Amino acid sequence: MRNTDAVIPLFELSVSGRRACRMPECDVPVPPVADLLPADYVAAAPPELPELAEGDVVRHFVNLSTLNMSVDTHFYPLGSCTMKYNPKRHERLAALPGVLDVHPYQAQEDLQGLLRMLWELQQMLAEISGLPAVSLQPAAGAQGELTALQVASAYFQDRGERRTKVLFPASAHGTNPASAAIAGFDCVQLRAASTGRVDLDDLQQHLDQQTAVLMITNPNTLGLFESDIAQISDMLHKVGALVYIDGANMNAIMGITRPGDFGGDMMHFNVHKTFTGPHGAGGPGAGPIAVRDFLADFLPGPVVQRRSDSFNLQTPAKSIGRVRSFFGNVGILLRGYFYLRTLGPDGVREAARHAVLNANYLMALLQDVLPAAHPEHCMHEFVASAEQLKQQRGVSAMDIAKRLLDYGFHAPTVYFPLVVAEALMIEPTETESKATLDAFAEAVHQILREDSELIKTAPHRTPVSRPNEVQAARNPVLSWQLQKTDG
Amino acid sequence: MELVDLRYTKTHEWIHLAGDVATIGISEFAVRQLTDLVYIELPAIGRELSAGEAFGEVESVKAVSDLYAPVSGEVSEVNAALAEDPSALSDDAYEGGWLLRLRTSETDLSRLMDQAAYAAHCAAEDH
Amino acid sequence: MRQTEEVGWVSYLFNSSSQQQDMLRTVGTQSVDDLFAQVPQHLMLDRPLDLPPPLSEMELEDTVRTLAAQNVGASARCCLMGGGVYDHFVPAVVDEIASRGEFYTAYTPYQAEASQGSLQAFFEFQTLICRLTGMDVANASLYEGATAVSEAVFMAMRATKRHDRVVVCGSLHPEYLSVLRTYLAHLECAIEVIPVVDGVVDTSRLADAVDHKTACVVTQHPNVFGCFESVTEMSDAAHAHGALFVVLCDPISLGVLTRPGDYGADIAVAEGQSLGIPMQYGGPFLGILATRHEHLRKMPGRLIGQTQDRDGKPCFTLNLQAREQHIRREKATSNICTNQGLLALRATVYLAAVGRQGLREIAELCCRKTHYAAQRLCAVDGLRMMFDRPFFREFVLACDDVAGCQERARAAGFDIGPLLKQFDWPGIGSAVESGVLVAVTEKRTREQIDGLADALRC
Repeated sequence: MRNTDAVIPLFELSVSGRRACRMPECDVPVPPVADLLPADYVAAAPPELPELAEGDVVRHFVNLSTLNMSVDTHFYPLGSCTMKYNPKRHERLAALPGVLDVHPYQAQEDLQGLLRMLWELQQMLAEISGLPAVSLQPAAGAQGELTALQVASAYFQDRGERRTKVLFPASAHGTNPASAAIAGFDCVQLRAASTGRVDLDDLQQHLDQQTAVLMITNPNTLGLFESDIAQISDMLHKVGALVYIDGANMNAIMGITRPGDFGGDMMHFNVHKTFTGPHGAGGPGAGPIAVRDFLADFLPGPVVQRRSDSFNLQTPAKSIGRVRSFFGNVGILLRGYFYLRTLGPDGVREAARHAVLNANYLMALLQDVLPAAHPEHCMHEFVASAEQLKQQRGVSAMDIAKRLLDYGFHAPTVYFPLVVAEALMIEPTETESKATLDAFAEAVHQILREDSELIKTAPHRTPVSRPNEVQAARNPVLSWQLQKTDG
Repeated sequence: MELVDLRYTKTHEWIHLAGDVATIGISEFAVRQLTDLVYIELPAIGRELSAGEAFGEVESVKAVSDLYAPVSGEVSEVNAALAEDPSALSDDAYEGGWLLRLRTSETDLSRLMDQAAYAAHCAAEDH
Repeated sequence: MRQTEEVGWVSYLFNSSSQQQDMLRTVGTQSVDDLFAQVPQHLMLDRPLDLPPPLSEMELEDTVRTLAAQNVGASARCCLMGGGVYDHFVPAVVDEIASRGEFYTAYTPYQAEASQGSLQAFFEFQTLICRLTGMDVANASLYEGATAVSEAVFMAMRATKRHDRVVVCGSLHPEYLSVLRTYLAHLECAIEVIPVVDGVVDTSRLADAVDHKTACVVTQHPNVFGCFESVTEMSDAAHAHGALFVVLCDPISLGVLTRPGDYGADIAVAEGQSLGIPMQYGGPFLGILATRHEHLRKMPGRLIGQTQDRDGKPCFTLNLQAREQHIRREKATSNICTNQGLLALRATVYLAAVGRQGLREIAELCCRKTHYAAQRLCAVDGLRMMFDRPFFREFVLACDDVAGCQERARAAGFDIGPLLKQFDWPGIGSAVESGVLVAVTEKRTREQIDGLADALRC
């Protein structure tokens, strides 16, 4: 049972002299630090950190945790995020000695079990993507995108070609153009056809010898498969450009079809979406990339290689260098490895099939009150629009999202993709029962039978309601202050 | 300063030219699109701007938009009071809502939209 | 396809065949295959994926334990390795809190009302980082230390509107410099690396290299060799030309040493692994970035702000999102979306558990034990300090057959490293060929340090 709605700030719990963690006495016969170091480098006093007893630390953070919704506590149908169940066996295994306590600079001979797991993961991701060369280095999907674009850049430079443009659909996730801009490309946004897919004519008009890459999510962010993807890939390849598949939505197609088979040259995976890496309230993630053989030499290094039964690290011949320090987010990568070893080939495919069935079922249940933006079957997620409700009753997607919190459901993603007005992007994932989906649909119907004012002023049952974001942006308060100033 | 005398850019800046002094702001349409304004960044006095160059930013909770110079010139004045409290722009985007003044040698603004053309431009954007 | 009525034969699924039939009826179609009609037939995989067969939980555990047992981690060995990652003690409360499902299975706090727990924890993290570094504002994490340096450089470019030139100390961790080069690869930006002389950067050469086109000076202090840089002079040199001073600092060292904010840093970055995060062969770790108030709106990454809700209750929310990728897209301050939330939580609990006195105590232990190790090891024939400089928590040991030395230690159960020669060192030359890093944390005992010295004596 929750202790209190308000949790006292850490700093207000501080009492001088308290400490939770104490070290043993120094056992080496060496003078105090003041005698070892030049005086002008030594601070007069330690930093102003709070001083807390262990009991207070535990109570404070445990109580804070009770103020969160999470996959472990609530249905969390956030479109594009794939909030599937995070298996507990992964937590036990990721904490094993020989996995958790390994220093990144240890000798490779001492790490053969670990390197084997990482190599096997490379192999499995290559198989699922249909793209043979894999780097596990990127720390998240966005970094995977950036890395792949830099690989493409290096590839073109190596061929003496100067290509400046990256194309992407208007429904693309914001990280796509952001990554392209950092990689030094000009961003060109494509129009969508009325079907929500890429408009082939618009694409054709933008293709020329300056085109480097098309970044495309498939299924797209509307939850629809780009059925013309093979033709789209051909069009890109005809002008010597490359196709990048944003793998955020792999949960719909893993084991069903493969980016490498439908024309993709590069892709990234979100291990923290498709492969159960826990979301951690904002990370960590892992964004490994898979590319065609002709791009393998440019991958960031090191990658794991196998020679008979031993494993070692190699940096590819024309590597773009590093995109981060050390090998990668190994803790998350291993959780993906454990998941794939658990599911096996049939399990991977079944997970995708159940994800797609769950999404279509939920879409059908909500059809009468929250129609999907596009009247056809969806893949693993769908985008509904509250535009009509907004016009008729003044009830927005955000209002519905907030009222769902009162019913004990985390809200879907709202206002993404930008191409749908009053968008609610709903992705149930495969790890939910029919009963949960029924309850969610029932809650939505119930909400929309309520008084409009009640919905517009939701949530009513959460610890806080409608934080004043304008005030926060006008006068940012980004750290705790002993004496609050006005505003 | 009459609204009908103003010229407008596609990026929603307005400009009023009197002699060699250009007064520049953003239109009420733009302010409405941005909703709650929280922050404005304006250039330093003395800075040289080229026509079309980004000279600052206006930020709301929803978006951050670049501000583009309609003409070339040297920044001679900025509206410091507005920089302190950008919310005042919602009340008055024109008289009190000017952002900066440039000393410019340009005289021909015909490439920019007049009030009627700008109104049509906004209608098209606003579907 | 396997026919079964068994519920959940694939791990973590729920719906039985008959429930699936019910659902399909509601959808208005006959089979799940129909739902994939948008995928052209010739693109459908016509074979199962070539993956290893499925494992029950027990089999998985057996498999992984066997593989884990083939590795020798710090719990089976005595770790004295450095180079940005250290074998520090992680108090049990950190693991306990970070393993709460409400924290680790939550999503990014876009719905503030459903996320006050995480939001407050991150707000506390931001505050602790400000206190630690002496800066005004910190973000809610970046990926790790190397990308934090790169993001700081981009930020300095935005703040100074200078994109042509950055000056970097040659004593910066080579992997971090490599990452910076990758991030700047497409820009017409000169990276001037200032040479290292006897373990530290030549400050007058640095001052000469800074000009009015320089966006920032990047310094690691203590540097990759463990030595102290002349940070006050560097700060002055940067500011004399309107460049920003970016400092990569060591969080544990801030229990004792002066803080970046005190000696003139404009942006402080760090690798936060030392703050309650296990080594995990390299990640996930914690990128830290903090800055002065005037640069607030140029910061990359997420920021948590305190505000009030509509009833006047104090609460927390994601702030200044208009600058992030999901809104600003190609003009965003960064492309970062997922960051390192759970690791920021670990660091927050760690700092709360050790507190101000605890951090000082840990820093002092690292410093004194490292100095003891230096003493004992240099008393061994053939071993010497490579640099005759003050150092804090690690140092470079020099010996003629440095690889052999590392191997002897390893055979006796001690890990020292990395070897300096495994990196590229522009402008330092072969002087580093004979060096190996040694770092001693609060976990190492006198017996262990003596044991290492004995192992190297033979």
